[in-house]
Amino acid sequence: MEIRSPQFKGNVRAALDDQALQRAMGNVRSGFIQKRANAAAKLPEFEDLRDEARDIKNHALEHLDLYLEAYEEKVTASGGHVHWAVDAEEARDIVTAICKSVDARTVTKGKSMITEEIGLNDHLERNGLTPIETDLGEYIIQLRGEHPSHIIAPAIHVNKDEVEDEFRRVHTHLPVDRNLEDPRTLLSEAREILRHKFQTADVGVTGANFLIAETGTSVIVTNEGNGDLTQLLPRVHIVVASLEKIVPTLDDTAQILRVLARSATGQDMSVYTTFSTGPRRPDDPDGPEEYHVVLLDNGRSSMLGTDFQDMLRCIRCGACMNHCPVYHTVGGHAYGWVYPGPMGAVLTPSLIGVDQSGHLPNASTFCGRCESVCPMRIPLPKMMRHWRQREFERKLSPATIRAGLGAWAFLAKRPALYQMAMSIGMPVMAWWAGKTGRMASLPLAGGWTKHRDLPAPEGKTFQQQWKQRQEGTPT
Amino acid sequence: MTDILDPAKNAERRNTVLATARRSLKVDGDEAPRRAAVADRLASHPAGVVPARGQLDTKGRVDLFETMAKAVDATLARVAATADVPGEVSDFLRQNNLPQQIRHGSDARLEKIPWESQKTLEVSTGIAEDATTVGVSHAFGGVAESGTLILTSGDDNPTTLNFLPETHIALIDAKDIDGDYESVIQRLRDHYGAGEMPRTVNMVTGPSRSADIEQTLLLGAHGPRRLHIVIVGA
Ligand code: SF4
Repeated sequence: MEIRSPQFKGNVRAALDDQALQRAMGNVRSGFIQKRANAAAKLPEFEDLRDEARDIKNHALEHLDLYLEAYEEKVTASGGHVHWAVDAEEARDIVTAICKSVDARTVTKGKSMITEEIGLNDHLERNGLTPIETDLGEYIIQLRGEHPSHIIAPAIHVNKDEVEDEFRRVHTHLPVDRNLEDPRTLLSEAREILRHKFQTADVGVTGANFLIAETGTSVIVTNEGNGDLTQLLPRVHIVVASLEKIVPTLDDTAQILRVLARSATGQDMSVYTTFSTGPRRPDDPDGPEEYHVVLLDNGRSSMLGTDFQDMLRCIRCGACMNHCPVYHTVGGHAYGWVYPGPMGAVLTPSLIGVDQSGHLPNASTFCGRCESVCPMRIPLPKMMRHWRQREFERKLSPATIRAGLGAWAFLAKRPALYQMAMSIGMPVMAWWAGKTGRMASLPLAGGWTKHRDLPAPEGKTFQQQWKQRQEGTPT
Repeated sequence: MTDILDPAKNAERRNTVLATARRSLKVDGDEAPRRAAVADRLASHPAGVVPARGQLDTKGRVDLFETMAKAVDATLARVAATADVPGEVSDFLRQNNLPQQIRHGSDARLEKIPWESQKTLEVSTGIAEDATTVGVSHAFGGVAESGTLILTSGDDNPTTLNFLPETHIALIDAKDIDGDYESVIQRLRDHYGAGEMPRTVNMVTGPSRSADIEQTLLLGAHGPRRLHIVIVGA
């Protein structure tokens, strides 16, 4: 996938001016937050389960090499194949080679962010294969030639009328005058069309929410059932998953499942949680004849033992972006690569380099809501700060920011000068704001004031107030 | 590109990944305490936090299972004995204007049901086909805390029956409804052997759905539009 993170500022400006996108983003704010809160409130053990989930993943990461070995052994024993991929290119080539080895033509796909990360669809097409996305949201954006804008609701940026337009454009074999007003009709139409694709596909590709070392099992969690048809009907099932999906046991999986759906959609459980172990057995009348797992590293093994190891606990629930004021405002595409929102702001620099994506960890107000809802208790703001620091140390941040920070540091290290500057600056700002007490424009801060006003400082400076308080004078 | 599937190349890539992980973790992979910690967790599979919600007696579990399954849009009926199943299934089909045709696998419990007591009911066996409108399977178990069915693959209950037909009817014995996932997992271990699993285990919580169009919840995406659960012996 093309990296557009360096153009983050331009992406954001375009997003703010995009009326359709702004209308669609309202659905994030109104839906997810309340549903998660309700689901969490109904389970008294929810907070304890978050601790447990964090501890399980920490343990798995500390022993990742050994659990990977144990997992591989079980997959092989159940008749499956594990293919190791150091980077995205190897993973793409492995999937394509497996498809070619069975003379495949069409490949159905369950929803998977990892296949976005490795740019699988384009690569399959370049090799003469036809990938078909089967999750409703993924299907919609594949028709539109787009990428997901949310990790669990890939078409969250699309409005219903836009889906209708797209279906009319592509499904030309259906009557032109059919009524598509009701979203249920849209769903039925997609169901009919994809049903046929499931049955004729040669290979099904899915991601995995978990890889279980105890049994050599891959797990997918879905609501539609498309992932199950994808892996059940074709001759070959390929799982593409990154290393950190490993959990030790079935019991550990159950612990994390209890926080996954509640954090994601506010369900107690998603509709389908499917455990797959190897290919069809001798007495199985259905199921794939071949079962392959492509185990992708792509930089993750180097994150172990660093400030960013905690990010590998992420279970891709989407709660952090659902609660992020920046994500709500700009949508997922503005982030310019696969992973949006707070988790993307931390993970993307690890995977593609902070030189490419330095804007992302800076696009945060540090309000802390992401960390407060993350089921895996990932300290997202702290890690964004780590990135900002590295960016600064490596002199990657823009000259204006460096100059600004430099000037502030100069002042902050000289208390007398700092106090003088503040006591002059505040009245000047108050004068600039005038009677309203708000500034609609400010030199050097036009980008900030374009979309909101800055309240002018009132009263005395913090230092003056502190001094008075110490001296016991009421402020 | 063709030789990327060569086992020797795969082994090289495996070594690269594991070596990088070990370098990052500052370990060599041979440390006895680490190996023991992993072996111990895999063998003892500690249960963690198990919610109080499902810790009930048999009747309480069945009641909770019913409440939770209905809350996620499944329909549910209870029958006292196997002999009552055909009547219940036939009634359900009639009420929903569905043809009196069902298909199931070779599960002995399903074979023993006196389907012939319902004259109009056509029963076939095998995996789901295009024309199959109603799939019937016998669940391995259920989980009361979330109203979840546990279904296992095999000739007795082919997985396609759970996904392809528009209507899925699942039978479950009241005694197989556990309070929590951990209890069912233990029963899976007892049944299939420690560390072993059938090819597919499906946890099913309600009929299929999608919220991908403007976050509006719609039932009946790619899987069944209807899920009807019949609890036997309750
Ligand atoms: S960082 Fe946390 S909240 Fe965000 S997707 Fe990952 S697990 Fe969910």
